[in-house]
Amino acid sequence: MTLTRKLWIGIMVLIVLSPLGLIVPDHFKAGSAWGEWGVEEIQKMTGYVPLGFQRLSELWKAPLPDYAFQGWEGKDLVHLSFAYIISAVSGIVIITGVAFLIGKVLAKEHE
Amino acid sequence: MHIPDGYLSPATCGVFGAVMIPIWTAASRAVKKTLSVRQVPYLAIGAAFSFVIMMFNVPILGGSSGHAVGGVLVAILLGPWAACIAVTVALVIQALLFGDGGITAIGANCFNMAFVLPFVGYYVYKLISSNSPSGSVRRVIAAGAGAYVGICVAALSAGIEFGLQPLLYHTANGQALYCPYGLNVAVPAMVLGHLVVFGWVEVIVTALVVKYLQKQDSVFFEGGRS
Repeated sequence: MTLTRKLWIGIMVLIVLSPLGLIVPDHFKAGSAWGEWGVEEIQKMTGYVPLGFQRLSELWKAPLPDYAFQGWEGKDLVHLSFAYIISAVSGIVIITGVAFLIGKVLAKEHE
Repeated sequence: MHIPDGYLSPATCGVFGAVMIPIWTAASRAVKKTLSVRQVPYLAIGAAFSFVIMMFNVPILGGSSGHAVGGVLVAILLGPWAACIAVTVALVIQALLFGDGGITAIGANCFNMAFVLPFVGYYVYKLISSNSPSGSVRRVIAAGAGAYVGICVAALSAGIEFGLQPLLYHTANGQALYCPYGLNVAVPAMVLGHLVVFGWVEVIVTALVVKYLQKQDSVFFEGGRS
């Protein structure tokens, strides 16, 4: 088996295991990463919502917000884990495609 | 370490976007010179790896969470310029598709995770591994050290970007306009989390893959790949 094939299998294993990145923090009741809070969290922590923050924070509506489907905020971990894996797969398909394209454009033909 | 929209002022975002343009240009030039067609799949695997490893959030008990970036590993294997491109691709897709990291903060996030992290990590690795044999333990240790220093310096860089905001942008009555926490809070919060927990995740992931690849294909560790 070629090394690239082995590494792709490694990536697939990571995709399957990825919901651990959701379940483990949830189990330990860990919040979001430092500096990645939403409007409500900022309000709770500081007592106000910075004006510029309010204006910019909702700028972009991502198609799969926080690696889940839109409107899935309150779903249980089983649903969220499913969405997480779907997100991992779609992210990797697109990223691999883009990276291949860039690589093909840049790489030289001979060693 | 993914700065969302609204935490950095538009001017700060503009500065980092402007800083990244020559870096991306230099990265394309460098990769054009050094990347062979045979290595293209590794560039794609590197970008995919960085993306998926960032999904593994690790908690700090009762506090926040964070993750590894994988960029130092890619820098060790393909060179820091290729790592810059691989991590940039991952970060841009994360921002656009998943809202992980802001659209306006793409420049700053790429500066921290696609430039500072792989370059610092790579040169620490180079310094420690020196010309040790490709299969040596010293190389694994050098990779781990590079991973640790790389991610911690990147976190420091993000902490400074966050922390400068309330100093530079506030209302007349002192309320922040963007990130509400100054350097005294943002820098320790970003750096400590990575020194104590997330940095070690980067170390383990990097060292394990380097150890595995030493056995598979030593060509990755025989000089000249910069």
